[in-house]
Amino acid sequence: MRVRIRHEITQHFEPGSRNLSVTVRLTPRSHEGQFVQRWTLDLDSDCRLYPQEDAFGNLCHAFTVEGPAEKVAVMAEGEVETTDTTGIVRGTVEPFPAALYLRQTDLTHPTDDIIAFADAIARSKDPLIQAHTLMVALHEAVSEGEGSALGGPLAAADALAAKKACSGGIAHVFTSAARHLGFPARHISGYLAVDDVGAARHWAELHVPKIGWVAFDCGRNLCATENYVRLAVGLDALAVAPLRSTGADCLEKVTACDGRAPPRLAQAQSQSQN
Amino acid sequence: MRQAFDEMSSIDGQVRPAYETLQHWLSSVPQDVLAHRRQEAEYIFRRIGITFAVYGEQNAQERLIPFDIVPRIITKDEWSRLSKGLEQRVKALNHYIRDVYTKREVLRAGVVPEDLVYKNPAFRPEMNGQRVPHDLYVHIAGIDIVRTDPDTFYVLEDNARTPSGVSYMLENREIMLRLFPELFSMHKVAPVENYADDLLATLRSLSPNGGHEPNVAILTPGIYNSAYYEHSFLADKLGVDLVEGRDLFVKDCTVYMRTTEGPKRVDVIYRRLDDDFLDPLAFRPDSVLGVPGLMSAYRAGNVTLTNAVGTGVADDKAVYSYMPEIIRFYLGEEPLLPNVPTWRCREADHLKYVLEHLPDLVVKEVHGSGGYGMLVGPAADKMQIEKFREKLIADPDNFIAQPTLALSTCPTLVEKGIAPRHVDLRPFILSGSDKVRIVPGGLTRVAMKEGSLVVNSSQGGGTKDTWVLDA
Repeated sequence: MRVRIRHEITQHFEPGSRNLSVTVRLTPRSHEGQFVQRWTLDLDSDCRLYPQEDAFGNLCHAFTVEGPAEKVAVMAEGEVETTDTTGIVRGTVEPFPAALYLRQTDLTHPTDDIIAFADAIARSKDPLIQAHTLMVALHEAVSEGEGSALGGPLAAADALAAKKACSGGIAHVFTSAARHLGFPARHISGYLAVDDVGAARHWAELHVPKIGWVAFDCGRNLCATENYVRLAVGLDALAVAPLRSTGADCLEKVTACDGRAPPRLAQAQSQSQN
Repeated sequence: MRQAFDEMSSIDGQVRPAYETLQHWLSSVPQDVLAHRRQEAEYIFRRIGITFAVYGEQNAQERLIPFDIVPRIITKDEWSRLSKGLEQRVKALNHYIRDVYTKREVLRAGVVPEDLVYKNPAFRPEMNGQRVPHDLYVHIAGIDIVRTDPDTFYVLEDNARTPSGVSYMLENREIMLRLFPELFSMHKVAPVENYADDLLATLRSLSPNGGHEPNVAILTPGIYNSAYYEHSFLADKLGVDLVEGRDLFVKDCTVYMRTTEGPKRVDVIYRRLDDDFLDPLAFRPDSVLGVPGLMSAYRAGNVTLTNAVGTGVADDKAVYSYMPEIIRFYLGEEPLLPNVPTWRCREADHLKYVLEHLPDLVVKEVHGSGGYGMLVGPAADKMQIEKFREKLIADPDNFIAQPTLALSTCPTLVEKGIAPRHVDLRPFILSGSDKVRIVPGGLTRVAMKEGSLVVNSSQGGGTKDTWVLDA
């Protein structure tokens, strides 16, 4: 599938702000099943972009806007060729051994409820089956609700208690529970080119012995398909945030669609404010 | 518990040579003169305002740390042995941290277990693969030392984040010089006043840019921090700017300071701010104490942070227990300063031993500091021990245990006159790109309560001036 993506973020600041520092993680990398054919990053301000690679191997850009300004707008746009790998992720840049991803964070902190939820899942000797069981159980326990996937997803414990969360919140519960069960698990941000679903999306990857990293989307109860484009990887949603700065409101507009289909037929859009 | 070694009168009551003059002087000066001088010292401390806040107390108000006017004496030979051991220790710490964030050979060789690094809250994944200027991480270290007999100094704890207390070392000396000039004329005491020069030279040597005169600043969380006095004191002594996060900004991956003459580039930041708060774009997004974008400048190699980010991965008490192996692994040398024997409760057989011997052991939290959350077995009653046992069984990974050491004592002025009290020592080790500098001395902390082994100032400990004799 050729996925055409357009991601606009407008970050608002106090009027008259100066020296605004911004870091964006808005550049996908190629790996097996995902080939970035064309990608551009545009800013509305006149400044220099400093490309950097973060500790998890994500491509990010740091820049400062001298101001005075009250907003900074970033637009990423490009096309990514994807093929189905049944969710298996290979050929990625891996600066860490899998064991690092057993680390919990503030957002995935395993509370008693999460531990009880994880421990109640039927055990299987086959880790891949175990991982699927966890996905199905979570899909039933927490339903996917409205809300910006790239905004501020709920912490794992809150998402489980609310029984309803955005894809990022669900991914937090999943990684938290999986790590508790001994699976290295990580948080993924990216795009989904499917009708009727927000195009900006979070899911998770579990490290399964003998297979490697496998991508699970608990909100949709499936392993990632060719409709998914992987953008960034980290320990939680904060680590993969597409834009980090000090401003207040952030407006996002994301579209991801099949680049070969007529654009009007397959287009998903999401807008958020947090 | 066996009788503690007294640094003045030894165990058999014989006065040790280094203390002869002092002992003679103490016995010839009337008690009321000593008491008066102590009051004077307290008055000076209060006037210059060296106070600190004790966390977790109901009426947490600024307090004075009790100052004891009887100096502690260390001979030149003892010091030269100590300083060699300290240098070795800090070198190993630096190697270890660099390795943990780059090649991870120490983990592959199985010297240190993986999860002790990866699951360590002080490990900063963000630092992975990042080169820091001059490959040095711990530029300012405070290594806590205890003594049990004339020949044995143990390392009790490594402080590789932002060790504090150096202002007390300097102020204590200044006050002693003022109050007891006659004592200094009787002893040849090595100076500590050059610490400020040494620190500045170290910081400047760490500048990432060779081209121009490096600009150094001290970054403080602000006046509400318990160590704020020390931050302003050091800025004053070093003659560098004391800044808060809002005084700095990042432009094009370079750090600048706002001044009345426009932006001024900053090359080296001696930060007294925890990792978590350094940069809201990289760590806690709600931090208002840090500098947005600081980590991007750090990643680009345009600024040195001292100490580096993520050094805490080397100084918790679980890693401490591996330090002898770490020293052998990187330096191929035997540790010059031994560790206190330590049981790691994360290991089943160690835990079993600890649970069986709780009344004899000191049990500490791996990430605890300031003497909080620990059990001193011999001093605890049955209830406390049983309560602690439950905590320990619930989360053994979080604890280590050590035997209760008979810490050495030093003569100390108390209500009833001069009496022995337990002490420890925190020397400060500076690692620059050119060399390692250690001023002869450090902060001696003393447990003012009779028999108490807890010297932390937050638990009522005091301080003493530490004299290293020059001859």
